[in-house]
Amino acid sequence: MDLKKQTLGSLREMLDTKQISAAELCKEYFERIKTTDSQVLGYITVTEEEAMKNAAKAQEAIDKGEAKSLTGIPLAIKDNICTDGIRTTCASNMLGNFIPPYDACVIEKLKADDYVLLGKTSMDEFAMGGSTQTSAFAKTKNPFDLTRVPGGSSGGSAAVVSAAMAPAALGSDTGGSIRQPASFCGVTGLKPTYGRVSRYGLVAFASSLDQIGPIANSAVDCGTILNTICGKDSRDATSANKPAEDFNAKVGKDIKGMKIALPKEFFAESTDEEVKTAVLAAAKKYEEMGAVLVDCSMKSLKYAVAAYYLVASAEAASNLSRFDGIKYGLRGEGRTFDEMIRDSRSRGFGDEVKRRILLGNYALSSGYYDAYYLKALALKQQIIKEYNEIFENADIILTPTAPTVAYKIGEQETDPVKMYLADICTVTVNIASLPAISVPCGYNADGMPIGMSLVGRKWDEATLIQAADAFEKSFDRRYSEV
Amino acid sequence: MKLYPTIGLEIHAELLTNSKVFCTCSAEFGGEPNSRCCPVCSGLPGTLPVLNAKAVEYIIKAGYIMNCEISRFTKWDRKNYFYPDLPKAYQISQMPRPVCLGGHVDVTVDGEQKTMRINRIHLEEDAGKLVHDDIERVSLADYNRCGIPLIEIVTEPDFHSAAEVVAFFEKIRMMLQYAGVCDGKLEQGSMRCDVNISLAEKGSDKLGTRTEVKNLNSTKAIQRAIEYEIYRQTELIENGERVVQETLHFNDATGETSSLRSKEDAHDYRYFPDPDIPPIIFTEEELSAIKADIPEMPEQRVARYTGEYGISAADAKVLTDSKPISDFFEEAIRVYNNPKPVATFIVVELMRRINLGELDLDDMKFTAEDFAKLIELGESGKISKDNRKIILREMIESGKKPADIAEEQQLWIKEDNELLEKTINDIMAANPKAVEQYRSGETKVFGFLMGQCNKILRGAASPASVKAMLEEKLKG
Repeated sequence: MDLKKQTLGSLREMLDTKQISAAELCKEYFERIKTTDSQVLGYITVTEEEAMKNAAKAQEAIDKGEAKSLTGIPLAIKDNICTDGIRTTCASNMLGNFIPPYDACVIEKLKADDYVLLGKTSMDEFAMGGSTQTSAFAKTKNPFDLTRVPGGSSGGSAAVVSAAMAPAALGSDTGGSIRQPASFCGVTGLKPTYGRVSRYGLVAFASSLDQIGPIANSAVDCGTILNTICGKDSRDATSANKPAEDFNAKVGKDIKGMKIALPKEFFAESTDEEVKTAVLAAAKKYEEMGAVLVDCSMKSLKYAVAAYYLVASAEAASNLSRFDGIKYGLRGEGRTFDEMIRDSRSRGFGDEVKRRILLGNYALSSGYYDAYYLKALALKQQIIKEYNEIFENADIILTPTAPTVAYKIGEQETDPVKMYLADICTVTVNIASLPAISVPCGYNADGMPIGMSLVGRKWDEATLIQAADAFEKSFDRRYSEV
Repeated sequence: MKLYPTIGLEIHAELLTNSKVFCTCSAEFGGEPNSRCCPVCSGLPGTLPVLNAKAVEYIIKAGYIMNCEISRFTKWDRKNYFYPDLPKAYQISQMPRPVCLGGHVDVTVDGEQKTMRINRIHLEEDAGKLVHDDIERVSLADYNRCGIPLIEIVTEPDFHSAAEVVAFFEKIRMMLQYAGVCDGKLEQGSMRCDVNISLAEKGSDKLGTRTEVKNLNSTKAIQRAIEYEIYRQTELIENGERVVQETLHFNDATGETSSLRSKEDAHDYRYFPDPDIPPIIFTEEELSAIKADIPEMPEQRVARYTGEYGISAADAKVLTDSKPISDFFEEAIRVYNNPKPVATFIVVELMRRINLGELDLDDMKFTAEDFAKLIELGESGKISKDNRKIILREMIESGKKPADIAEEQQLWIKEDNELLEKTINDIMAANPKAVEQYRSGETKVFGFLMGQCNKILRGAASPASVKAMLEEKLKG
């Protein structure tokens, strides 16, 4: 079976028509993982035993004709999403031995569908980074070019989907962590509206920005997964109580008359020429399909990265304080509490995590709070306002997902500021709590994938999936050769 | 130079909710170490706090009874610091937008009424407890208390003596108990008080350097700590030394304070809005529903006791000064609706037993219903009033029903008319002078004759029948 060409729809059909059993399908993926993951390093933990149990249970449901949309479908889960009884490391030495005694809300929902867990994917440590090279356990490589990064922080999830080691995966997105790796690895990634999916069981990076979402081979597959994982959760006060809907309901409907805005600041000089060309070509294609292109501007974009890193790091500094070696995780040494906590954290965290904790604590400390944190919050309001203005005259917004294609491993890691600036295209979406989807829209001269992002109004994932699907159908997608 | 103390308070009170403030664990006191905690309150990664609506309701009630203004918009903040009893390494608290602002409470000290202003009341979570084992040289953490809802009542610096502070603390404790929001059990740490104290020359508009004594958990400790600090600071100032701004610990054994940390070592708590807990906007309807649900407060009870029941002001105050006593009284008169004798017997006899340490209202073998029945037996003449005390003592010891005790110990008034008549005849015969006096109009000797009869009868007849027959016979 050619795993690369499969979608959740094609697998569903094969399972339901008994062309393949859930166990056989699951074995196909583990075979693929065995031959491929030693090159890609997408997984931190592979859960074959658990998967076979899941598959047996799924098969019962299928045999009884009670299959739901994800019954028997193998999925990979980012390693910052808690899985009961299965190690959840956040790719950090701090949590190398952490086995959660509970499932994240999204895992409960997937289990209710009888999904099959393939394993836990690598990521930047505590989701901080855009390359997956800060992972303490698996520095994932890009399946299109093993000398390049897969993006991050959900680089493991994007890479295993790109390399057909999973048909789809869950990632998390705080400032682009689903969309940018999806773009770098040539797959589709959806960051839902903040509050659409419960964060319960997602190890927090920046609580006001984090959102779990799918990475898959198509927009429709993303919609299928979102249909299962969304919804109000009494354990997450920030999850929203929205009426149930099918996010794929608008798929196939004509996009004629849809207004697509192109904010000029996203196509500035700092954006790679080949990326710009590909995204503008995609815009042209939408126009050919009957959409209306709208010029627009987002003046505060130049401040967005600074605002994002202040808010995200402030929240992260506080969220990561609980890792003190006292209750779980890496336990350091020392004669006093303070010494022990210091040693635990010095040894448990990598450099990038430490950098952000320092930045965040600095921004929150007395005397600096007004100048940094409060100013960043003011910018957040400004960015929301500018998005609202654009949406007065547009249905969706089209931008590049990243200013460049995937870069070479080791190329950018020495300059953190340069790395942070590369998040320019994605962070405003999190700041404004909006949904966005990254879709492959071209390849550069080296054959590396280029992604475009569609940004929607709050709660309007359905229109994003409709528009993304319309493009995908007309696009000649390439698969990685690994 | 006459130095004058100025004191401000931060009082922490644990709320009486069933569950903790951000998770569903039991908020009950005690339990095996770490038996009342879950992934949320022990701060496991990925877990999230969800605000307990009951705790919010309770702090609003606390605000209303202390005459505070309730913020229509309120939110929670994180107070960041590392300590092993704080699993998330931040405490969820409230900084710029507390639930309650302003407010005041009147207290009477040495017969003088004073108004003490409240600055704010906010809702936060309690931390766990550390147990230090010096022999094994380890520290153990118990997270049962972690996440118990706490309100912090911050006063203005309106206090100038230990007596004022103690009166205020006791008043707040009683009010919170009446409102049903805090059990006020000091021995279980349900209320703790931080005292900020400084000395300055009387009349001076400048305050002196203050010190803060942390975590005083009894009125005695509050009193002693304040008195010690006044003494210590006075000594320093009079010797020309300076008071250092610092946080102090009060040692119960020595009665002295010692430094915990100086101003220079003060934490920077890096407060910021907690992104996991959405702010709350209260509607007028919600607030008035909560206000309407506040139980009767002590002043209202005193008014009812003196007005409706005709109980003396002094007795009404004794009854209401303790909510458990007042509740006991309420329960008793529900069973036997004769408030005056019930109140009198509580104030005179029950309180005496409690004060003697013979009885603990929290741990009694008999009920308010039994107590009411006992009063009823006395009032209806089935037992003598003296014998009520004997029966009460037995109820305290064995928990037996009053009627059963009267039966066992043969304390019933028997109404033996033959014996009654014989006794009266005997007494009259033995006291001809008194009889003569009565018949010539000196009726006050009646009491003497009555007493002589009762001494012999000892419950064989009710006082009413003794009185009736004696009167009849004297009139001849």
